Formats: sequence, structure tokens, C-alpha cells
Amino acid sequence: MSNSHEQAELVRKSLKRRYRKERRFRLYGILAIALALSALVILFTDIIGKGYSGFIKTTVTLEVRLDPEMMEIEDPSDPESLRRANYGAPIVEALKRAVPSAGDGDEKALGRLINPYASGTLRDAVIDRPEILGSPQKMTFLTSDDTSVYVKHADDTSYSIKLSEDQQRWVDELVQSGAIQGAFNDEFFLNGDSREPTSAGVLGAMVGSLLTMVVTLLLAFPIGVAAAIYLEEFAPQNKLTDFIEVNINNLAAVPSIIFGLLGLAVFINLFGLPRSVPLVGGLVLTLMTLPTIIISSRAAIKSVPPSIREAAEGIGASKMQVVLHHVLPLAMPGMLTGSIIGMAQALGETAPLLLIGMVAFIVDVPDGLTDPATVLPVQIFLWAGSPELAFIERASAAIMVLLTFLIGMNALAIWMRRRLERRW
Amino acid sequence: MQPANLFPLIVVLVGIAFALGYARSRAVASPLGGIRHLKSLPFYYATRAAFWCGLPALIIFGFWLSFEDKIIQTMVVASLPEDLRPDSAGRASLILSQISNVASGALNPKYAPEGIVEASKLLTTLRDESKFMMSLLVICVAILGAFVAWLRIAPHINAREKVESTLRKIFFMCAALAILTTLGIVFSVIFETVRFFNKVSFFEFFLGTSWSPQTAIRADQVGAEGSFGMIPLFVGTLLISAIAMIVAVPVGLMSAIYLSEYASKRMRGIIKPLLEMLAGIPTVVYGFFAALTVAPFIADAAQAIGLSASTESALAAGLVMGVMIIPFVSSLSDDVINAVPQTMRDGSLALGATQAETMTKVIFPAALPGIMGGILLAVSRAIGETMIVVMAAGLAANLTANPLEAVTTVTVQIVTLLTGDQEFDSAKTLSAFALGMMLFVVTLVLNIVALHVVRKYREQYE
Repeated sequence: MSNSHEQAELVRKSLKRRYRKERRFRLYGILAIALALSALVILFTDIIGKGYSGFIKTTVTLEVRLDPEMMEIEDPSDPESLRRANYGAPIVEALKRAVPSAGDGDEKALGRLINPYASGTLRDAVIDRPEILGSPQKMTFLTSDDTSVYVKHADDTSYSIKLSEDQQRWVDELVQSGAIQGAFNDEFFLNGDSREPTSAGVLGAMVGSLLTMVVTLLLAFPIGVAAAIYLEEFAPQNKLTDFIEVNINNLAAVPSIIFGLLGLAVFINLFGLPRSVPLVGGLVLTLMTLPTIIISSRAAIKSVPPSIREAAEGIGASKMQVVLHHVLPLAMPGMLTGSIIGMAQALGETAPLLLIGMVAFIVDVPDGLTDPATVLPVQIFLWAGSPELAFIERASAAIMVLLTFLIGMNALAIWMRRRLERRW
Repeated sequence: MQPANLFPLIVVLVGIAFALGYARSRAVASPLGGIRHLKSLPFYYATRAAFWCGLPALIIFGFWLSFEDKIIQTMVVASLPEDLRPDSAGRASLILSQISNVASGALNPKYAPEGIVEASKLLTTLRDESKFMMSLLVICVAILGAFVAWLRIAPHINAREKVESTLRKIFFMCAALAILTTLGIVFSVIFETVRFFNKVSFFEFFLGTSWSPQTAIRADQVGAEGSFGMIPLFVGTLLISAIAMIVAVPVGLMSAIYLSEYASKRMRGIIKPLLEMLAGIPTVVYGFFAALTVAPFIADAAQAIGLSASTESALAAGLVMGVMIIPFVSSLSDDVINAVPQTMRDGSLALGATQAETMTKVIFPAALPGIMGGILLAVSRAIGETMIVVMAAGLAANLTANPLEAVTTVTVQIVTLLTGDQEFDSAKTLSAFALGMMLFVVTLVLNIVALHVVRKYREQYE
């Protein structure tokens, strides 16, 4: 009797310990998930915190007196003389009027508050409409990089303020008078890359990404689907088929940089295609995304029930007709979903593109498949490695643009899967 | 004609071939009493004509474009006078770029030697001729092909069968592209690797402990002898991968266990996609995060407790890489854990084991081989990961096990050696391909083992 009592006591004691263990185990699981999700949250808040200011531009609005004499224009009707005129002078003069506390000798320091490209903007405006010469014009210019950093990040210690105390005072005055303002940074979406952070934009990289993706999609989707159809429907059970399958599975796990080496050696060195162009980028990314597309397309084909095939065969369709007329349309949503995910991967890929030269500094927006171009992730890489701190906010802003595209693509894939996927 | 215009032209020709084929098959059928008396539908005759028109033309077009440049370059180099003829591949590419600069007008002919100017003229003529001949050949082949196919449209021919067998061949080619890609990778690295080992000894590469791939630009330069010992790179790679796995394995595994055994269906539906988002974030974003947020934070934190840390550290790269790999580990483990039959769970629970005990003593051992396979795949991914380490790990090849120091990895070196100004044929450039070969072989072995283990394990319960 006492023996069983002792035993019960023992069990009760151990039970407590075991339940504690159980709770601890559960807690570890929750902790692991919390850790992973907090990493996600930290990543996003960090990038948004760094990047939101990239979407704001600081501009200064000045009343510019376009005095031909001050601008050293001899003959206003001569375009050449208009082109060679001094456009810096009226801007600095206007600034001087806007900042009464600046003295005579401060012109140079004042001029540094304005973006170096401002005189170019003014020149374009004058060449466009020479009639504005001689009359005062209200015009808006981008501020210089250092001014922009001061206005946006004056109390952020991670940014170093490069303006002198005088300059800081003047900027404060301009902000108070409303001359310096923040606005939505449309230039960020309208410009190519630039050495000057304030006028650097992502348009060039976005067009480059788009062209590269077009090449990838046009090649990878049909080839991937065709390969999946062959392997799933026509391939005989033999060594060659096995070898192809092993190859595809391995290629899916080969480091992406290896595809860059392949692109460099084959497309550039052997075939002599030009460096840093969307065509080569698209070819490399095609080879990289093919395994993903093939694997997901095969899964989609597999999920089409045999009854569909049998019905089609029963009324005399050939194997190819069964596949093209019945299996393929039913498997298409699954194939598209897989392809969108593969394309999203390709859109975010950087390493192989570095090796085929897409890291070059390119200002112009590419026009075609064989124009030098860069892509969004590479642009981010370039800006992130740049010594000017103002490029960091550009890089973060570009990351936000890239992530928006990626989330959009993934959302589309999920929506399509929900909407189009059929269950039998 | 420019290649950019030729391709649309081929497409148009194919369209015309299709339309003509369609019309002819109907015309052939009408005296017989309608298309019912044809062996195949008009669509198939038309498609066959389109294939005959397009396929040979496109194949010629592709091959011509691929090899045109190489052949022209060889011809131009061969035409150079004796004194200008290059003695090495490096010189050859220099002279070629000079020639093409003169030809494109980027370099004024006044500043180039006589022979170069002559060669540039030859280059321009050859290019023009090549373009003309290619256009002529491609268009002739397309039209001829279409014509032959058009002539061969006859009621007794089973066009469908022929079209289908061609299609099947095309499909096979697409699948075989995977083999071609693998071959391409192997050959593109093997050739350069062999050339590398002609310059640098095999033993130095595998056993050397110092990596500094500078090579002399002039023969008499002092202290510019490069050293190519890959051990520091390998150790750096392993160090960062190990840190990544220390983060990813416990977190990924415990998340997978929690999600598959404890979480409600709703919670699972929310958390799983969130975790998978970690896998969808581009690596350049992780690299940015590691380099600009995590690395400075670690350096500051280490300083605060009196350790010295460099601003680029193995720890920063490893931690962030670990976060990136969490979803791989968790979703692979999740699959494997779910594949363990429910009866094993029920049996264990019926004997009075708690869920934790069931998990650790029954399910986990059963799922272990599969989980190991998943972890191997994750290791392979960590070894091959590039952007995070390029941005956050550093360039200095330190042979160290201290995670607070900067280390460099195989992938970082490949990127740094092959971006920017390249010297042709130098051991420095070639070493990148030798490293690529190493990387490919190591990850290939890991992948084969991992895929084998995962597959073998899955079959046990099926």
C-alpha cells in the first residue's frame, strides 16, 4: 500500500517537473518566433527610418533678377552668348537679398547652399524662353546636399553637418521666411544616378530593371514551361531524364554568383556581348530563375488530375493535344504563380550582375537592351557604399521602392493562387 | 541590316508563312470536298510551314550573332603588321579596344599608329559585310524553308504528327538547357582554373595561409608578388557560416516545432508567411542593414564592454545572414516534421508523454535525417551568399577565429577581383575563377548530399 503511495508521490513530483519542462519548451518556441519576427520589424523600421527622408527634397524659392548685364550677356538674341552666360551670379544675388544678414564677401559661402546644378536649370529656362531676361522671376531650385542634410537631419548625430555656423544661420533664416521648403521628391523618380545625392534618382535603375526583367520573362517563362512539360509528360524513364532532373535540382541551389561567372565567361568573353547591358543581365538571370520556374511548373502540371487527361485521350486526342489543350490551361495559374515568385527573386538579385559589369556609374536612362544600364539592387549597393551620408537615405529610399515592387509581386502571386487555383 | 530589325522581320516572315500555309492547305482540300479529307487540320499544315520558315533561320541567326565578333576580331588581329601583332592575350585585348575605339570614332585616328587605323577600317568593313551576309542568309533560309514547306502541303501528309514531334524536340531542348547550363558553368570555370594553376602552384593555393592577390604590373616592381593561399578565405567563409548557423538553426527549428505542434491554424496562417517574408527580402537589403546598422552597433557594444571590434566584423555579417536563413531552416524542418506520421504522435501521447517529450524523444529523432539535410542546404546557401558579406564582412584576409574582426570570404574575393579594372590573363583575375570552382564544388557536394538525404528520408513514410 505504502509502496504505491510512494510511487504516486514520485509521479506527482516528476509530473510537476515535466509540466515545467513542457512550458519551457513552449516558451522557447514562442521566443524563437518572436526573435525572427522582431528581426523583420527592426529591419523594416530601420530602413523606413533611414529612407523616408529620401522621399523629401528641400527646395529654395527665390526671386531671381535676370539682369543681362550681371549675367555677362552681350547679345540676348544670340543663343551662343546665352549658353555661355553666368547663371550663378543672379542666383547668388537673389540669395543675398533673401538673407539680409549675409555680408558682402559671403557670396561664395551663400552659393554653396544651392545645388551646383541650379545654374544649369536656370540656363535651360532662359534658353527655352529668352523673353524672361530682364524681369524678376520667382524660381525654385534644389538646395545643395549639405543644406539638405542640415535641414532634414540637424539633430541626428549620425549625420555630420558640413555647413559653417554662418551658413547654418542663413539656412535657418531661409526656413523661417518660408523660402526653403520640403516637398515630395519627384526628382527621385525622374532622374538617373548622379554624383550629387540631392539630384540622384532611381529612374535609370528602374528602367534598367524593367528591361532586364523583360528579357528574363520572355526567355525564362516559355523555356521553363516547355522543360516542365517535357519532363512531366514526355520524358522516358531513363538515365538522361534522371540526369536532367538532378541537374535542375542542383542548379536551383547553386550560389547565384556562380551564374555571374558563367555570364562573364560565356556571354561576354566567348560571345563578345557588351558589358553592363540589360540583355546579358537578363540572360544570366534567365539561367538562374529557370530551375525555380521548372520546379513550380512541374508541380502545377502534376496537380492536374488524371481524369482530365483520360477524358481527352478517350475522345481521341493525341498526347500533345491532351497536354496543350487540356493540361496546360489548367496548370497555367500555378505556373504563373511560380514564375512571378521566380521573377521576384531575379528582381532582387545583385551578385551575378556585379560580375557582368552592371556596377558602372551610369547617369543616362537606358533606351534599349544593349545600352549600358544598372538595376535597382545594384544601385542600392552603389549608394550604400558611397562615402556621402546623403546617399544612405537615397539607398534606403531605393530599398523601399524595391521592396514595394517585391511585395506587390508576391501579393499578386498569392492573390492569383487563391483566385485561380482549382481543387479537385 | 541591324540584328534588332532582323528579328522582327523573321517574326513577320513566320507569320506570312503560317498564313500562306493555311490558305494553301484549304485550297488543296477544297477540290477533295473540304478539310475533312485532309490528314490533319489546316492549322497543323500552317504551323509546319511556320516551323520550316522560322527555326532554321533563327538557329543561323543565333549562331552568327554569337560567334561573329570573335571571328572578326581574329581576322583583324591577323591583319596587323608584324610589329603591332600582340604577343599575349592581354595585349591583344588592349589593341582590339584601341582598334574599335578608332572605328567608332571615340579615338581620333591621328593619335593612333598607321597599322591600327588600317585595322580599324578593316574592322568596319568586316562588320558591315558580316551584317549584310547574315541578313541575306537568314532571309533566304527563311523564305526557302517556307517555300519548301508550302510545296509539301498535300492531303496525305500527316502534318500534325510532324508538328508534334518537332514540338517535342523543342521541349526536350528546353529541358536539356539545364545540362547545358551546368556544362557551361563547369567549362567556364575549368579553363580559367587550369590557366591559374599554370601560374600559381596547386599547393600554394590549397595550403597557403596568406591571400593578397596583387601581381606586378611591371616586371621589375618590388614587393608586388601576389600570394594566393585560400585558407584565410576558407576560414573566413566557415566562420561567418558557423555564426549564421548558430543563429538560424535553433531559431528556425524551434519556430518550426512551435508552428507545427502548438500553434493554432489561424496563428500558423499569419506567422508562416511573415517568416517567409524574411526569405523574400533581397540580399542587398540584408547587406545594407548589416553594414550600416548591425556592424556599427556591434562595434559600439564591444567597445562599451572593453573589447575592440572593427567596423566590419564577421559577427555582423554572420548574424544578419543567420536571420536570412531562418526561413529556409524553418520551412524545411516544418515539412519534415509534418511528414512524421500522426500515429507516432498519438502513440507517444497515449503513453502519457507530454507534447514536449513527444517532440524531443519521438518526433525529433524520427525527423532528424531530414532536418540534417535541410541544415546542409542552409549551410550551402550561407557559403555561397555574396551580398551580405561583400557589404559587411570586409576585404582583409585575416586568418582569425575572432568574430569581432573583419574577415573576408570566397565570394567577396570573387566580386572584388572581377569588378573594376581587370588585368587580362593575370593570376589575379584567374584566381577568381579558381575560387569560383572551389565554391561550385563545395556547394555542389553539400547539395547532392542534402538532396539525397532529404529524398531518401521522405520515402520512408510514403
